[in-house]
Amino acid sequence: MKKDFDMTKRPYTLSILVRDVPGVLSQVARLFSRKGYNIESIVSGETDRPGVTRITIVVLGDELMISQLAAQCRKLIPVLAVKLLEEENSIQREFALIKVQAADRNARDEVIQMANIFRAKIIDVSRETLTVAIFGEREKTGALTRLLEDYGILEIAKTGTIAIERGRSTIYDNSKIKEEYNYGKNVL
Amino acid sequence: MKIRATAAIMECLLEQEVDTVFGYPGGAILNVYDELYNYRDRIRHILTSHEQGASHAADGYARATGKVGVCFATSGPGATNLTTGIATAYMDSSPVVFLTCNVGEPYLGKDSFQEVDITGIAMPITKATYLVRDANTIPDVMREAFAVAATGRPGPVLIDFLKNVTAPSVMIDYEFVPWTQNRRLGHIQALANAHELKAPEPNQDDIDTLVDMLAESKRPLLICGGGVVRGRAHKEFRELAEKLDAPVAITVMGGGGFPGDHPLATGMIGMHGSKASNVACDECDLLLAVGCRFTDRVALQPETFAAQAKIVQIDIDRSEIDKNVLTDHHIVGNARRVLEQLNGKVGTFHHPEWKEHILPLRAPSVPRESEKLTPKQALEVIRRMVPEDTIVATDVGQHQMWSIQHFHFTYPGQLLTSGGFGTMGFGLGAAIGAQVAFPEKRVIHTTGDGCFRMNCHELATVEHYHLPIITVIFNNGTLGMVRQWQHLIYHERYSETTLDRGPDFVKLAEAYGLKGFRVTTQEEMKEAVQAALDAGCGCVIDCVLDMDEMVRPMVAGGAHITDFLLH
Repeated sequence: MKKDFDMTKRPYTLSILVRDVPGVLSQVARLFSRKGYNIESIVSGETDRPGVTRITIVVLGDELMISQLAAQCRKLIPVLAVKLLEEENSIQREFALIKVQAADRNARDEVIQMANIFRAKIIDVSRETLTVAIFGEREKTGALTRLLEDYGILEIAKTGTIAIERGRSTIYDNSKIKEEYNYGKNVL
Repeated sequence: MKIRATAAIMECLLEQEVDTVFGYPGGAILNVYDELYNYRDRIRHILTSHEQGASHAADGYARATGKVGVCFATSGPGATNLTTGIATAYMDSSPVVFLTCNVGEPYLGKDSFQEVDITGIAMPITKATYLVRDANTIPDVMREAFAVAATGRPGPVLIDFLKNVTAPSVMIDYEFVPWTQNRRLGHIQALANAHELKAPEPNQDDIDTLVDMLAESKRPLLICGGGVVRGRAHKEFRELAEKLDAPVAITVMGGGGFPGDHPLATGMIGMHGSKASNVACDECDLLLAVGCRFTDRVALQPETFAAQAKIVQIDIDRSEIDKNVLTDHHIVGNARRVLEQLNGKVGTFHHPEWKEHILPLRAPSVPRESEKLTPKQALEVIRRMVPEDTIVATDVGQHQMWSIQHFHFTYPGQLLTSGGFGTMGFGLGAAIGAQVAFPEKRVIHTTGDGCFRMNCHELATVEHYHLPIITVIFNNGTLGMVRQWQHLIYHERYSETTLDRGPDFVKLAEAYGLKGFRVTTQEEMKEAVQAALDAGCGCVIDCVLDMDEMVRPMVAGGAHITDFLLH
């Protein structure tokens, strides 16, 4: 039977473990750009293991395309593991710094209240501005951003999504999809 | 033991049992060539006219022998001239290691003379690229590069050395370890932990499933793809085909994987596929493709491709599964291992009705009677006169399709053609590589007038190394395949495809010190081929053909596989 792929477009989160060699980020990013798929966000950071970097990519696509990309990604020499993280079994967070205009007292109070509701923090204050730091799911940072727009946002600095699995399982576990698990590891 | 860094590069080549390299020197790679001078008794260097020719020659060498080809070039333009050759090797999964040198560390990134970021450029067209900034890593990088090029699905790898790394004063620790053992060394072991450095062992359950599917099938069709050739699985493939008693369609890259004159062979499949292959593909109930990625030239319309069939794909590369055509079942593994195990389990079948239906559709390939020479006549003359194990290298276009349709290839490496990338000018380089690898074999290079003009300067290489390559030019004074499309699809608007210009190819051959013949009839063709076979040197046969000859049959790109535009 032909495999049934979900062809609706939605954001997928891929966690990729790579050896930290020069050019590895561009090598991974290139795979996505080649097919003209837009990367929603890409985050790269060190891990608990020396010389190993974890890249988290959110990309808009359908299931067939994501499975293709994951398979091609696994073939890259510096890539150690690729794992598709589904929303229901993973925690996905992003971090944003939002600089808001708040010259008068009312605005200032409201922004601070709003930040409290969202459990965000005010990390910088000036005569005319407040800078809010928020950590949370995409929807949460998005919701706060929209509310703060009324006061006038001067600039935003945002990380992409980082993600980790719930529970005991980690990316170091055999992270290949089932059929690949049967065949052993990546084949060059 | 301390040795010069450049000597380590040469020793690493010897570790891999490399005895022939192709290339072109230049400023940045001077130190490497200086070292090569010390090794000239053990490593033979073939100097081409152009880096592109060297890249195709190394590729042709790899395809013909099954070993890893090696190609040298200098920085900047030397390196960029390789790119077409690298991409050609990549698209056809040919194992070649390209060695280039770049400017020294202090000049890197400063737009220095002949500087280019070749590792960046080559990234999308190689399995891996390496930039060597530290001489101590040379042995590891070289060993890894060869391991990567040759294992799994083969492919090109590029190593770029900075010039200061190759300086004569640089000494590094080095121990000679033959390639069979050096894959157990630390660095490569680390690579092997992340990526299996051997072909994956096929899954037994998957094989059992396929055995059941084959038993149920009433109308099976096999496709022999490039993986059968690269994996040298031709014996196993033939055994399977004969046990199943199923028709076999052969892709362009599969040429040599299954004997073209075998009673079960239905010829090419796809755009210029035979009626037998394409109809069989449309009507079969089980399609078993071995080492075939279903490109747009095979699966012209992926949605309706083999619509009645269960599609089974055997491929070494997991990422090829479900890429172009969705499959019902697949086995990941080396073609030879999978087929070996399959042959052990599968029974013997007979499909007389199915064969009766399909095999008679094979077009009888009888050359048309004509005063003027036709492509089929020319090929028929060559086929009858050359030895059976003749290696054929082609360029790209009409002559390529005619050659593949007309010659029968019986072993892997007998057909050298740029099927994936479609590189005009590939043939002469590849022919040089094959003739260097097999001096005792006959090598024929078929080409068109357009293709030949792209790399004809390699005739200098043919002459210098006394390579008895016979180049046959299908000279119709036009870019035939493009003209064919213009004729059929673009309402006969022949935009910039007419090649009514020089040079005189006979005189050109003579200018290079080779023999040239011009033929216009079948009789002249016979005489010319005989003279070329006896000449003992490279020859060029310029066949003057009609410009409106077309490749038949033809299905337009994107059309249903049995919707023939031409019969």
